[in-house]
Amino acid sequence: MQVRLNGEIREIPDGITVAGLLSHLGIKADRVAVEVNETVVTKDRHGLHGLRQGDAVEIVAFVGGG
Amino acid sequence: MEAAADGWSIGTHTFQSRLLVGTGKYPDFPTMQRALLASGAELVTVAVRRLDLGKQGKESLLGWIPKGMKLLPNTAACFSAEEAVRTARLGRELEMGDLVKLEVIGDRRTLFPDVEGLVQAARILVKEGFTVLPYTNDDPVTARKLEDAGCAAVMPLGAPIGSGLGIRNPYNLRILMETVKVPVLVDAGVGTASDAAVAMELGAVAVLMNTAIAEAKDPVLMAEAMRDAVAAGRKAYRAGRIPMKLHASASSPMTGLIGS
Repeated sequence: MQVRLNGEIREIPDGITVAGLLSHLGIKADRVAVEVNETVVTKDRHGLHGLRQGDAVEIVAFVGGG
Repeated sequence: MEAAADGWSIGTHTFQSRLLVGTGKYPDFPTMQRALLASGAELVTVAVRRLDLGKQGKESLLGWIPKGMKLLPNTAACFSAEEAVRTARLGRELEMGDLVKLEVIGDRRTLFPDVEGLVQAARILVKEGFTVLPYTNDDPVTARKLEDAGCAAVMPLGAPIGSGLGIRNPYNLRILMETVKVPVLVDAGVGTASDAAVAMELGAVAVLMNTAIAEAKDPVLMAEAMRDAVAAGRKAYRAGRIPMKLHASASSPMTGLIGS
């Protein structure tokens, strides 16, 4: 299925959860925050939240800033 | 009566250092780390950005922030209340804390705040339990609105972000400090140590800066200069400066001179 991941259309496995997506991408969950359709999915829900076709997913981290 | 007696607080957080520093624009992470240590800051700002999915394994900022320093996530470069609120929520998810440096920017060239969006976003975030530190302009009326919205502090600019122009309107800042009861932190505009001292002498609770340190020729030495300037300015404020007079007032006796 397709989702919009950090602004770009990506093909990801059907029915994958947020936790599954992070491991699919090789990202450690402890240093990122995830938003699906403009709502934060908290870490305790990564394994429960299933993604759907067309979801807008944002994966963010801290960078230097003032 | 020295440092230990002169702490300050925002919400439930207490601090000794009155210098807050950013983590952007440094030539490299090791220099940033040394500058952060030299600044003595306890609170450091960070930005929230999309992870670069193509560059996994790139070095992470967090590993270079000295242990014990508290992170203050910002909503920099957000141009609407909605974006700022979303970014603040993501920052909280990353940091697992309640502090947010709220920015809602209204103009790309000056990076001046959109105060209408700022107040709106502040109301929402306060309701959600955030300890909100809004970056605002030096307008006392906006500062009051932000205080009424429940912000834990207000952070007026000294001059535009990254400009190094110093404290351009000390009189507005003084009026602003008289207007609100919450702590006032001067955020943005500082170019060199004397600017930081001026902000503190005006009565600011603390000063937040990034570019002045990060883009100095020697960021580590400048961080130390800023630490000292903030401490000196704070002491001068507490000591109470003399009033300015137009004419001289002799320091040595005018009588008893030889040959008189």
